[in-house]
Amino acid sequence: MTAAVELRNISKSFGETQTLRDVSLSIRPGEFISLVGPSGCGKSTLLRILAGLAPQSSGTISIDGAEVDYLPPSARDIAMVFQSYALYPHMTVGQNIATPLRMRQLPAPARLPVIGRIWPGQSAKRARIEQTVIEAARLVEIEAMLDRKPAALSGGQRQRVALARAIVRRPRVFLMDEPLSNLDARLRVTMRAEIAALHQRLGATFIYVTHDQVEAMTMSDRVAVMMGGEIVQCAAPTELYDNPRDLRVARFVGSPEIATISSDELIAANEGFATLLPHTPVIAAFRPETVSLVPVAGHLEISATLQRVEQLGHEILVFLRLAGGARLTVRAAAANVTLPAAGQRLSVWLPRRTPMLFDADGARIFRARHGEPAHAG
Amino acid sequence: MPADLTQSSGMVRPVRMGAIMSPWIAYCLATPAILLLALTVIGPIIVMIALSFTNYEFGSLGIQWTGLENYRQLLDDRTFKRALWNTFAYVAMVAPASVLLGLFLAVLIDGLRHGQRFYRLVFFLPVTATVVAMAMVWKYLLHGTIGPFNLLLQSLGLPSLDIFGNRDLALAGLAAINIWSLAGFNMVLFAAGLTGVPEDIYDAAAMDGMESSLDRFLNVTLPLLGPTMLFVVVTSTITAFKVFDTVAVITRGGPRGSTDILLYTTYLEGFSYFRMGSAAAMTVVFLTIMMIFAWIQARVLDHKVHY
Amino acid sequence: MNTPYRCRPAQILSHVVLLFLAFLFLFPFYVMIVTSIRSPQELFVREFRWLPQQFTGLQYYIQAVTDIPALTFLKNGVIVSGGILFVQLLTAIPCAYALAKFQFRGRDLLFAVVLFSLTVPIQAPALPLFLGLSAIGAIDTYFAAMAPFFLSVFAIFLFRQTFRSYPDEIIQAARMDGMSEWAILWTIVVPGCLPSIAAFSVFSVVAHWNDLYWPMVVIRSTELMTPPLGLAVFADSESGANYGALMAMAAILTAPLMVGFLLAQRHFIRGITMTGVK
Repeated sequence: MTAAVELRNISKSFGETQTLRDVSLSIRPGEFISLVGPSGCGKSTLLRILAGLAPQSSGTISIDGAEVDYLPPSARDIAMVFQSYALYPHMTVGQNIATPLRMRQLPAPARLPVIGRIWPGQSAKRARIEQTVIEAARLVEIEAMLDRKPAALSGGQRQRVALARAIVRRPRVFLMDEPLSNLDARLRVTMRAEIAALHQRLGATFIYVTHDQVEAMTMSDRVAVMMGGEIVQCAAPTELYDNPRDLRVARFVGSPEIATISSDELIAANEGFATLLPHTPVIAAFRPETVSLVPVAGHLEISATLQRVEQLGHEILVFLRLAGGARLTVRAAAANVTLPAAGQRLSVWLPRRTPMLFDADGARIFRARHGEPAHAG
Repeated sequence: MPADLTQSSGMVRPVRMGAIMSPWIAYCLATPAILLLALTVIGPIIVMIALSFTNYEFGSLGIQWTGLENYRQLLDDRTFKRALWNTFAYVAMVAPASVLLGLFLAVLIDGLRHGQRFYRLVFFLPVTATVVAMAMVWKYLLHGTIGPFNLLLQSLGLPSLDIFGNRDLALAGLAAINIWSLAGFNMVLFAAGLTGVPEDIYDAAAMDGMESSLDRFLNVTLPLLGPTMLFVVVTSTITAFKVFDTVAVITRGGPRGSTDILLYTTYLEGFSYFRMGSAAAMTVVFLTIMMIFAWIQARVLDHKVHY
Repeated sequence: MNTPYRCRPAQILSHVVLLFLAFLFLFPFYVMIVTSIRSPQELFVREFRWLPQQFTGLQYYIQAVTDIPALTFLKNGVIVSGGILFVQLLTAIPCAYALAKFQFRGRDLLFAVVLFSLTVPIQAPALPLFLGLSAIGAIDTYFAAMAPFFLSVFAIFLFRQTFRSYPDEIIQAARMDGMSEWAILWTIVVPGCLPSIAAFSVFSVVAHWNDLYWPMVVIRSTELMTPPLGLAVFADSESGANYGALMAMAAILTAPLMVGFLLAQRHFIRGITMTGVK
């Protein structure tokens, strides 16, 4: 049970403000895709439109080739997990999980709160629902808590209930809206693995919204980075890291943040860069691991002031500042490095083959060099 | 150090609020209120209960201890029993109707995209209006011959109804006024309850297949409003039970006793006939019923957060 | 262009139902106003007309303030509900402060009595209060109309809750600065708790402005009557014939609260429903 999802030219405006601008995205069946971006970038709005909880201003959505724009949420064969879990507080865990099935499979009178229980002729269906609920609960390991109310559960357990409620009706597409952001850091890592495993087991299409780039990078087949109501780049995590198409993406992905140095400053630091850079002013960006604290053949030496060192155990992060004021971060193995005191100057080596250049608007400049064909966009 | 001082003197223990002060200040602050409490509430209630065991009549010099005689007489008193019955009938009309109407209004308004403020204003207006003044209006409105309501009925070709002149309709007429003036109050309480229901729950409900508003209402809204509901029911019951103004202004218990209610009967017994002893006994019955409601209300409040 | 799948008919239906109910709810107010400006002959025409056929101007309003002492009733309403509120605040605030921020022998007992008294309506102590007031010859005075309400246990209860959440640190800082407890209460704590005091004031004024029961028990002379009592007595003496003047008077006596409500809806709604929410 899985489906392709196709978003075509989705826009959304609230009065004057446009939260989504012409967003298009093709999601393959069974794919785990993350929508990631800073808060207010429109990722949650896009998810809600996909779910049918909010109408788009223009554009179409199709699931497995069929347009679903006019279908209500429950008819789209989509399940959603909410940041706040959105469990029904008056129902037990079991009843919570059973709700989507009850609503679909039982006739209207049998769904009524009191009369429903004694409505005749539904016992076979009820038994089947109960069986399905237990299976779903087992899948997320909460079958022991079916009779408890959500208030009696921990945050992680509530999240599992919310997952079970989504799983129970085997939808073709799962939507997850920051499902882990209310959990503490340790639990988040555990649940991350579990959701990824769940995706493996169910094989359904997962669309996952988060503001946490680590979460997006670790779980997804592809990550769509959204900024200002647009998808800036959608690619596999490694591609996104190594080959960002936009300075904003380059900055958003990777921690510590990528260092950016203007071409003028770079040339001022070492004349050798002059021949390597275009003549127009550009911004060069360096990932922390591409900078070296020791001389490397083919790298260019520049001088910087040591600001601060962060010890991470197996590695260290060295924060530097160039004479012109630009910041530079170096990631290095913890062993065999002797560093001067903070405030002292030291030399670092930058790769000669400048990894990434961006123009003044932040767009990536791809240059034909060393036999690479020129391409843009 | 103040803390050392208090410990060595042993007079004042360090206190919970962090206020390390002589209790005398607290007594000074509370004294006026304590005196008034004794003079206007506790004292009078004790005297009132004592009076209910006497045959005291205002203005007469004699007073005799008659034990339970007043209560025994209440059991035989047809007027009192009718008043009690009318009061319960009145409550049975007003409480459910005003609660349901209030809930209906709150839910309907909550679902609106525009005009919420306007509707809240309109439906709350009767709550603010002086009951006596509006009772006058209603009396004229429902007047048997010249009331606009009847003129409207006639223009539709229907027979006119003299509601407050009709034994079978008068109490219901009074109940209608109270429902009108109480529904907005309940609406606001329900609206407050509705704001406590997170928006996400409705989104989840939509995903789970609750398409119709009835499904959403029965499966989500109503259960989540449960605690508010209990509370509003009890509050409305107490309010309806204390009805006095409309009876005193519109019907005065008539026609032929059909709108005699507990407070009005007690009022007449005490302040028109000045039979203080039996009026006190009626008051004790009234107060007892109020206390039962209050007890239920306190229980409800305790369990308000039960999720 | 896509239209949202969410249906608009439901919204429209809600508006239709609500507008109809709003019409019903407002109809009495409409009748009050329109009747107060109808000509006397028109009142007895046995046909319903939406608007007065003949505009009589403010004739009934002038009559209400000249022939009937409507302005006196208003004045009495202000004196009685204002006096009650003043003493209520003066006595309840210190008591609530003591209950909230001090520990003293009998505090729990006092609070228990307050909680008990919350449930006692005025009708319960009415008989002995009446006897007591007549014993000291105070019947038919402003004092008699106000005295039973001088202490509001509800105010004590409400302000205690409010004061409890007032930070101790500020009070302690004021003590360090050498302020007396009385000064701390009125110049530091009370200004910080104004919303709650405002809400209670609305609640108290509305309740006592509208009260009929107690004035009916203790007030005899026309010059001392509060609006509801004055209206009730006037309606009696006119034996219902002069509906125009009656409606004009009802409008005048309801107007102060109505205007207050329209100007400060939020405060009014909060104040009046406070008994329910707290």
